[in-house]
Amino acid sequence: MNRTKHLWKRLNTTLGRSGMLSAAFLAVVLLAAILAPLVAPADPNQSSLLDAYAGPSGAHLLGADGIGRDLLSRLIFGARTSLLGPALVVGVSLLLGIPLALLASWYGGWVDGVIARVFDLVYALPGLLLAVLTVALFGPGLTPAVVALSIAYIPFLARIVRAAARQQRVSPYVDALAVQGFGVLRITVRHILRNIVPVVVGQAAIAFGYALLDLASLSYLGLAVQAPTADWGVMVSDSDALLKGYWFQVLAPGLLIVLTVLALTVLGARISGEKPPGYLRRKRPAQTAAPADASGNDRTTVGAAA
Amino acid sequence: MTAPLLELSGLTVDVATEDGGSRTLLDGVDLSLAPGEALGLVGESGSGKSMTMRAVTRLLPRAASASGSIRFEGADVLGMNAGELRRYRDGGVGLVFQDPRAHINPTRRIGAFLTEALVRNRGVGRREALARAAAVLAEVGIDDPQRRLGQYPHEVSGGMLQRVMIASVLLAEPRLILADEPTTALDVTIQREVVAILDRLRRERGMGMVFITHDLDLALAVCGRVAVMYAGRIVELRSADTLHERAAHPYTLGLLGSRPSIDARAERLSAIPGRPVSAFESGPGCAFAPRCSFATAGCESEPPAPTEFDGGLVRCARVEEIHAARMEAKA
Amino acid sequence: MARLLLHRLGGLLTTLFLSSIVIYGSLYLAPGSPENVIFGSRTPSAAARAAVRHRLHLDQPLPVRYWDWLTGVLHGDLGTSMVTGQPVADRVGAGLGTTLLLVLMTMLLVVLFGLAMGLTAALLPGRVDGAVNALTSVSVTVPSFVASALLISVFAVKLGWFPASGLGQGFGGKVDGLVLPAVALAVLSCGFLARVTRNAVRDQLEREHVQTALVRGLPRAVVLRSHVLRNALPPIVTAVGLLTAGTFASTLVVESAFAVPGIGQLTIQSVAQKDFPVVQAVALLLVAAFVVCNAASDLIQAVVDPRLREAGSTS
Repeated sequence: MNRTKHLWKRLNTTLGRSGMLSAAFLAVVLLAAILAPLVAPADPNQSSLLDAYAGPSGAHLLGADGIGRDLLSRLIFGARTSLLGPALVVGVSLLLGIPLALLASWYGGWVDGVIARVFDLVYALPGLLLAVLTVALFGPGLTPAVVALSIAYIPFLARIVRAAARQQRVSPYVDALAVQGFGVLRITVRHILRNIVPVVVGQAAIAFGYALLDLASLSYLGLAVQAPTADWGVMVSDSDALLKGYWFQVLAPGLLIVLTVLALTVLGARISGEKPPGYLRRKRPAQTAAPADASGNDRTTVGAAA
Repeated sequence: MTAPLLELSGLTVDVATEDGGSRTLLDGVDLSLAPGEALGLVGESGSGKSMTMRAVTRLLPRAASASGSIRFEGADVLGMNAGELRRYRDGGVGLVFQDPRAHINPTRRIGAFLTEALVRNRGVGRREALARAAAVLAEVGIDDPQRRLGQYPHEVSGGMLQRVMIASVLLAEPRLILADEPTTALDVTIQREVVAILDRLRRERGMGMVFITHDLDLALAVCGRVAVMYAGRIVELRSADTLHERAAHPYTLGLLGSRPSIDARAERLSAIPGRPVSAFESGPGCAFAPRCSFATAGCESEPPAPTEFDGGLVRCARVEEIHAARMEAKA
Repeated sequence: MARLLLHRLGGLLTTLFLSSIVIYGSLYLAPGSPENVIFGSRTPSAAARAAVRHRLHLDQPLPVRYWDWLTGVLHGDLGTSMVTGQPVADRVGAGLGTTLLLVLMTMLLVVLFGLAMGLTAALLPGRVDGAVNALTSVSVTVPSFVASALLISVFAVKLGWFPASGLGQGFGGKVDGLVLPAVALAVLSCGFLARVTRNAVRDQLEREHVQTALVRGLPRAVVLRSHVLRNALPPIVTAVGLLTAGTFASTLVVESAFAVPGIGQLTIQSVAQKDFPVVQAVALLLVAAFVVCNAASDLIQAVVDPRLREAGSTS
């Protein structure tokens, strides 16, 4: 009991108010996605033309779309595909990127050089373009989009891991371990990797946000998740609703995308230990010299004699 | 006595802390400097010597505020408006910083750095300003000044850059030079040259100087009087040529004892026990008391007032007893 | 400086060359031969298939075809569209001007508002900084397609100030039609540039050399202009370069959202139609834009900061 309390307190201090709010929001979205069949009031693909563009009511809490599908249910089920894609992208690029980055940071020299060059080349291609090309090859779908974005995200994550690991690599404790006869693998995994976990997790959360944006963009273009499936990106692409003035059907999923990405970036920044933005810090007095007799300080007697 | 060039009285600097409180960095500093005089301001890091210099130029950190008075040629520095402050900083005081590498804009040529103030503040033509800059560079002992004017700061050595900094101050022809540890960032061999140049040119032009350093010997070499600071206060003020014999404050004695001396090779260096404290860390009494081997219970509770002693000014409650004891030991 | 220029130019050409191999190679290694696009769902006779393959030079080995294509590209011949039969150069050329205008308008907005917001935040700490920070935190998470949807529903459908899709006649009509797409593209980039600007200026404001300038009695405006802003430029220039490159990529989305006939829309259409020659050409063009933007920002940085002028120190 006491330990959970302690853990909660520590979490609170590291994440801060904005971080805790973000984490709470993400937890709700994640739970909704996992428990979608239980919490969604209706089948997300059940259409009924009578309810086309229905307003909010008891039957449809948030209303319905152009062919009468329940909007709330589509938003809840949409969380599934919208989160699954970026999760796969980040997972795959971490799985491939971390070993490469550790390899580069441990050996340095030409290994580091070659890996850096390859990363530069991939970095030169915008992820979105890479994904579009892949779709051109293999046809539209979530899988080709995820594969392409995974490749595109490897340099982003690997560069951060490499820099952090490099910093550890050159610190004396690593040499001390090496002198004691510990193997490369053990030192790297048990010590270096453990010490850079916050940075990796934090940056992975931020990458998750960007991957979500990219995948949603592709789904919006009809290149990733396909139309009848409930997905936030697909839902925003409903131009029929938009042009008829039913903005809520389009902007609700858009808002969910923005809020989720916002929560991810805030949380990611807090986890990787970046300073909170200025507005969260205490305001400081302005830079003006106070007049001689300002604020009755009772210490002035000390210097009065000379 | 002539009217003072710079006069500080009861100068106190407080800095606001993150949690809404405030900390005292300077606590009632009184100091007076005659035109053309050189004064050494000596102390360990955190003693407030740099903060004094910052207060004099109104270059305090955002969270800090100064009270008391700073008068330059009679004018109230803390009360100056933006225009007066600019004129005072332009021609009144010149500042030689500790680390020229950080204090000179790395993206602009040395020529641009040297002439900027002349061109912007005094309306001197660019060509004329460059000619003056070249002349002053030659005076501070830089060969081939024309070439240096076209170089960037990262292309010259640290010692050279500090001479450039000194040249930039001389170009403005201020009445007062503030030198904040001007040689600490330099190689030992170059330190002496730079100090010698600064000293010679200052004398030639009759400029006053406050020389800030943690090196007591350096201060004694170039200054007429030396003020020793501890925890935001001046604890001893006396003329440089009598400081060796007449130093009376236990802290000054400690400083004199903690430096290596050629005459006393066999003796062990006597370090001052404990670590230096800042003004806000000290208790109600004498800030040096916790480290002082002469301290009594009275020292810890009652702050000592500055008193005239043996031709200097000392802030120590037991100065006479300590002096007597030392004389006895010597005899 | 000249060495750096050569260095960057060499890197640029290498990247372009490698990407052209990747792009050309991958499209022709794709499952489903290109000639199937022409036959659609029909099953052609072996003779007809052979004839088409010969016409498309598909009967030659891949390196030979790549070489032919590359020499063609260098002579301005980008091949022939498999769907419309037009020269690819014509199709790309028709949209290029529109896309360039769109990117230009976007970047004008980004630089104008991004710099203004960033400077305001940096110079006015406290409440203003906090407000700008909150604004940019949100704006960097708004993807261009969500911004497009929002803008269409407010300014095109509700208020009717701008067209929801397509472009009008003449240059004025073009600009009119590109306002909303440009704003949609600018939202995210503005926030990003504002943050970079704020941090860069803040960082410089705290530098010692700024104190030197102040203590020499220079007017505040001069210190800000010739020391703070000038030295804060490198990260800002990098950001503008990256954002310009990113904007080229994002035109894929926004041109589709607003039905703007630029090369972004052309790309998406050609991908859907599997019109490989067109996809190759526009993909290469977008990569070129990306690489050129990055190289240009590196060079501008070297002009601003003399310490970066030695070749190799930027890579």
